[in-house]
Amino acid sequence: MIAREQTPMRQQDPAVRVGNFDEVPLGYSEDEAIAEAERCLQCPEAPCIAGCPVRIDIPRFIARVKERDIAAAVATIREANALPAVCGRVCPQETQCQGVCTLGKRFEPVAIGRLERFCADWEEQHEAVSPSVAPDSGHCVAVIGAGPAGLTAAGELRRRGHAVTVFELLHAAGGVLVYGIPEFRLPKAIVKREVDALRALGVEIKVNQVIGRTHTIRELLDGQFDAAFIGTGAGLPRFLGVPGEHLGGVYSANEFLTRTNLMRAYRFPETDTPIRVGERVVTVGGGNVAMDAARTALRLGARESTIVYRRSEAELPARAEEVEHAKEEGVQFRLLTQPIRFSGENGTIHEMECLRMELGEPDGSGRRRPIPLEGSEFTLRAETAIIAVGNGPHPLILRSTDGLDVDRRGNIVADAETGATNLPGVYAGGDIVTGAATVIEAMGAGKRAAEAIDRLLQA
Amino acid sequence: MYRILSKETVGPAIREYIVEAPEVARAARPGQFLVIRLHEDGERIPLTIVDTDDATGGITVVVQEVGKTTLEMGDRFGVGDGILDVVGPLGEASEIERFGTVICVGGGVGIAPLFPIARALREAGNRVIGIIGARSQEHLFYEEPMRNACDELHVMTDDGSAGDRGFVSDKLREILESGLSVDRVWAIGPAIMMKVCAETTRPFGVKTIVSINSVMIDGTGMCGGCRVEVAGAAKFACVDGPEFDAHEVNFDLLMSRQALYCEDEACSLERYKMRNPVGEERDQ
Repeated sequence: MIAREQTPMRQQDPAVRVGNFDEVPLGYSEDEAIAEAERCLQCPEAPCIAGCPVRIDIPRFIARVKERDIAAAVATIREANALPAVCGRVCPQETQCQGVCTLGKRFEPVAIGRLERFCADWEEQHEAVSPSVAPDSGHCVAVIGAGPAGLTAAGELRRRGHAVTVFELLHAAGGVLVYGIPEFRLPKAIVKREVDALRALGVEIKVNQVIGRTHTIRELLDGQFDAAFIGTGAGLPRFLGVPGEHLGGVYSANEFLTRTNLMRAYRFPETDTPIRVGERVVTVGGGNVAMDAARTALRLGARESTIVYRRSEAELPARAEEVEHAKEEGVQFRLLTQPIRFSGENGTIHEMECLRMELGEPDGSGRRRPIPLEGSEFTLRAETAIIAVGNGPHPLILRSTDGLDVDRRGNIVADAETGATNLPGVYAGGDIVTGAATVIEAMGAGKRAAEAIDRLLQA
Repeated sequence: MYRILSKETVGPAIREYIVEAPEVARAARPGQFLVIRLHEDGERIPLTIVDTDDATGGITVVVQEVGKTTLEMGDRFGVGDGILDVVGPLGEASEIERFGTVICVGGGVGIAPLFPIARALREAGNRVIGIIGARSQEHLFYEEPMRNACDELHVMTDDGSAGDRGFVSDKLREILESGLSVDRVWAIGPAIMMKVCAETTRPFGVKTIVSINSVMIDGTGMCGGCRVEVAGAAKFACVDGPEFDAHEVNFDLLMSRQALYCEDEACSLERYKMRNPVGEERDQ
């Protein structure tokens, strides 16, 4: 008899967790993991594998969990995924592996993400399962950007015997995993563990290296490197372009989250980076980043934290779990609402003027287009506003690499399967190619590009 | 770690450091800046590059001790010590061409980043007129290097203790009013000084370049904290600047954004001073 519902995961009580930055979901015990693993039908079609951007052999790892051979389960995951502790926490499983789960047609799908997380955390508590590394190939590859795409590409290339140097512009490796995603959703110790595992494989990671400024791609290829992978992400924050947006107290989500996560402003003045959070915080946007910002604001002492989103709840792009967690913690939702102006006193925001919207016909993205309701202006008081409406491509590589093809939006043009750009030996993948997407899609692109680079170097 | 090769006090609470960062030194050009972080709990602060030395891999920066980080750097970081993170060169380099006659105006600690620009402009064949100013003679530094970098140099102090009494913008106006044909002006210093210089040159129609020192974190286009309004559009000082056409910059917005963290900065500074009551070199 298969349980209809997923084995629940224990989590911090919402009333307690809004006062700390500790992780919210607490993970499965071994018995809980096995109970969940037993729900897997082991169906021969295994649609979950195709639903996974890095093609983890999901039924096989779940079978190993069920047999209590967790080390073998970890090894199965690691064959396909260099960052399982990360993916188990931040992947949008409901639209990927779990979205196509056969069991999910009648009951709740198998909680694949929670099982992945269980395996990765087990590995941390027990033994590191290192993938094998092929003998040195004599080739060197430069990886630009130590985010999900770059780290994955680096791991895959290293396993194939190539010398890999990762160039990261910040002072820590991890990209959005360290500057963007908050501690309570992805503890930084976990990112560090995954990065250390790559270092242990022999991947060299150089921080404080701004490719495009410190060195150019051309210099790298003229020097010791035979190929380069660009995974510089979508780092340039977009603003709304409405009046008053440069007032004090109006942050890009990138700035708000970077101050908090990378610079640990939540410990100011023990740390040196300050952050300003008013009693009332509004976050504009409906994605994971918006949820992260709104939940972070509560933890930094905001009395009210409100998400302002121009479409309806059904269109919220955030993971279902993040929306759920935000609601549990008391984040309020002002849906079908669009900011049109910020105004303030003494250079600092104190209110935001908005319009109500209604949904019209589907637009190019397939979602119903929001249309302003005439005469529906109203005002929200706020001392802090966070703009989380997406990021454009990080500009430095693009400006410094002559001849690299970019599209109309400024993203690098790269082959969808191989990541090859128009420049010989230069590959790209992740958000710098697709525009802002997910961690796991970037990892999938990094992996495919690594395989293509490997074929190039072996040829 | 990036080792400090040299540390000199050049004025009251103004120090010049040479930091070993050969990759940055090799790539740096006038007008660009660094971001540094002293230690694990440190903030990231931008510092404009003053000079580089390919032989030693050294980068010169001049730091005015105005907040916790800069004071701590002065107190605790000496020759041989390491700065945890140095990243650069960041920002677009100055546009150095043969313009003709160029006036380079530097106020306070802004004299330091002006120096390499003046030198490069002169090397490019321009006639370079320098105007540097400070509160008093005691606060004036880099007079000799600037004298060597410029064809002529004017010194201004608020109290007349060195050079002429008055503001750098007074001398700038005097030169423009003399009828001299000036092809370009650079002005680097406090925001209010750059604003006044911009207003001084505007009626003469002389293109004027300023270097914007806004609050920033990463310095590479990611946080947007450094955004400034230039010709009505949002620009990022870190990747679009730091230099902009002074006649298009919204200085009032810049000044209000520079003041955003005043309270926090004061709190951090007080806390540091309480815990470090005997900063030996503090009262120099």
